[in-house]
Amino acid sequence: MTDTAPAAVITVHNLIKQFGRFAALRGVTAEFAGGKMFAILGDNGAGKTTLLRTLAGLNRPTSGEVRVLGARDLREVSARVGYMAHPSLLYDEMNGMENLRYFAQLYGIADRDRCTEAIRAVGLSPALVRPVGQYSQGMKQRMSLARALLNDPQILLLDEPFSNVDLKSAHDIVRLLAELRDQGKTLFVVTHQASLLEGVADEFVWMEQGKITDRTRMFATGAGQQELRELQR
Amino acid sequence: MSAPGGITRATLAKDLRMEWRSKDAVNSMLFFSLLVVVVFSFSFDPSSEESRQIAGGLIWVAFLFAAVVALNQTWAREIRNQVLDAYRVSPAPATSLFAAKVLGNFIFVSVLEALMTPLFIVFYRLRSLGPIWQLLIVAVLGTWALVVNGTFFAAMSLRTRSREIMLPLLLFPISIPAMLAMVQATTAILNGEGARFWIVLIATYDLVFTSVCLLLFETILNAE
Amino acid sequence: MKKLFPILGILSGILLSYALYQGLVVAPTEQTMGNVQRIFYYHVPSAWTAFILFFVNFGASIAYLIKRRPAADMVALVSAEVGVVFCTVVLVTGPIWARPVWGIWWTWDMRLTSTLVLWLIYVSYLFLRRFSSSGETPVLAASLAVLGALCVPFVYFSIWFFRTQHPQPVMGGGGSIDPRMLHALLVNWLAFSCFAFLICWSRYRLEKFEREVDHAHAMRSLRDPATNIEREPYSERRA
Repeated sequence: MTDTAPAAVITVHNLIKQFGRFAALRGVTAEFAGGKMFAILGDNGAGKTTLLRTLAGLNRPTSGEVRVLGARDLREVSARVGYMAHPSLLYDEMNGMENLRYFAQLYGIADRDRCTEAIRAVGLSPALVRPVGQYSQGMKQRMSLARALLNDPQILLLDEPFSNVDLKSAHDIVRLLAELRDQGKTLFVVTHQASLLEGVADEFVWMEQGKITDRTRMFATGAGQQELRELQR
Repeated sequence: MSAPGGITRATLAKDLRMEWRSKDAVNSMLFFSLLVVVVFSFSFDPSSEESRQIAGGLIWVAFLFAAVVALNQTWAREIRNQVLDAYRVSPAPATSLFAAKVLGNFIFVSVLEALMTPLFIVFYRLRSLGPIWQLLIVAVLGTWALVVNGTFFAAMSLRTRSREIMLPLLLFPISIPAMLAMVQATTAILNGEGARFWIVLIATYDLVFTSVCLLLFETILNAE
Repeated sequence: MKKLFPILGILSGILLSYALYQGLVVAPTEQTMGNVQRIFYYHVPSAWTAFILFFVNFGASIAYLIKRRPAADMVALVSAEVGVVFCTVVLVTGPIWARPVWGIWWTWDMRLTSTLVLWLIYVSYLFLRRFSSSGETPVLAASLAVLGALCVPFVYFSIWFFRTQHPQPVMGGGGSIDPRMLHALLVNWLAFSCFAFLICWSRYRLEKFEREVDHAHAMRSLRDPATNIEREPYSERRA
């Protein structure tokens, strides 16, 4: 990126994604500044996951424009983006280290230390020999996060990192995410457990029926609170 | 970014390691083609002379069916936990993945062939009148033809409903000329006749379909 | 354009009846085969028409892969569908003729076999379009169409060599053909091509209309979230 580039690391303009007649994203326009943590909230079917997958380059937009780190062709910047999906994106038959070593090679990282570092960062032991299929849900989520961290990405796209995770693991993950943000990375966290990110996330992005309806600094204030009541009904 | 060849090697090594641990694909293929051999030999019960005439067809049909089992397995692994998405978000080129999958399937099906051929020889009292090395060439080229198209269409059927059914529906029609050539070449060699035309035909088929599949694979992989 | 459609309809109606007359009345009865030979006036033109349509499918598929225009995809779909219908006619009329003349319904003759394989390939193409759960079915279909078309020369060569090694029934009398027969054949071919074009066109319009309906629904769900319910699009339910 040049000096004149805007501070926004991701810009989305009138993004529409349709699956047949169903419109998962109905015109999303937004800019996201670098070095912040964004919590993306909303009902099931609000388009959170679709938005994340589009930013990761897994979905081709029906229309509209996405720019990630200034690039329109997301393949160009794929090495600088990390993506963690709701499923683990790991091979159940192999252990954590084997999984990470394989995925590291996809990014051209032959270095074993980088994998060890990523596993340690999420609070697991690199010496674990069990195959990932036998991990607990919390461990799977951590290992999945470690996979997303492998390439030391500038932008992290995380889909439901706390779902089915015990409270302690969830807090550990939150702490780790905050650390990453403080290192200058940009994080997008899709979650249903927004309260975990209160006081941690820089911004709460509210989505409803395929659009961004509001962006608030706090989870439990202003429009956020109103939305919260809506959600609870 | 590491070289595409390196990624192919890493992916192939990963697939082989996983197969070595579970042996899902190879075991189910082996048992399946064993069943085919047994059922066939009950239904035909040929003499040594007759079997030379029909063995080419039987062997390749058995291998074709068995290959379908293996081909479905390789992508099934990538679909579980949506691991394929992890590959797609990485900067690794799609063609490396394709090459690795083709090589992996080639190894699986070759292992199967190496194990099953003795059985065929015993059950059908086969003795080749032509040179064995020619049979080997046919086996290698023919297996490659099945596996290249099979890997491609298995990836394509990931994007369909009832994908396990779709694979044979897509693969068999296009494999007909290759199958015909393999069967004819095998029969010709077993009977001590020349098979040059057929071998050249399979080789050309391999060349054309390998390059076109490589060309189109990225499109297929990302056609979600 | 709107006016051209009925005109073309009437034209192909006239052509078909004229061709029928030519085939059944004007053309002389073949000496050895008798009247059954007249089925050729339908069999052969259907085959030519089917091959042309499959060729159109190939061209349109390549065009789609390069340019990604929906129109190319629609042309590919329509030509494959209609081509399969004509190819089916070929495969049905062939045995009807073969039974009295050759004494067998079917033989693994070069032409028969390659037509059958062609038919199989394009049926699998239609299956793929039907079963696809992808949002980018046209891409998958176009890729298959390209591979299928590349397969055709291999089919032809392999069966040619396969069959020349074995005795095969001889087709036709060879040598010169009565000019009235040739005339009837060509008129029929013209009529069939015209008819096929007509069907393709109306099928194309139907497909276009369906896609417009889908698009309209999609646009409505974009504007009005109340109608935006996750459900199968019409084109997928039908296909």
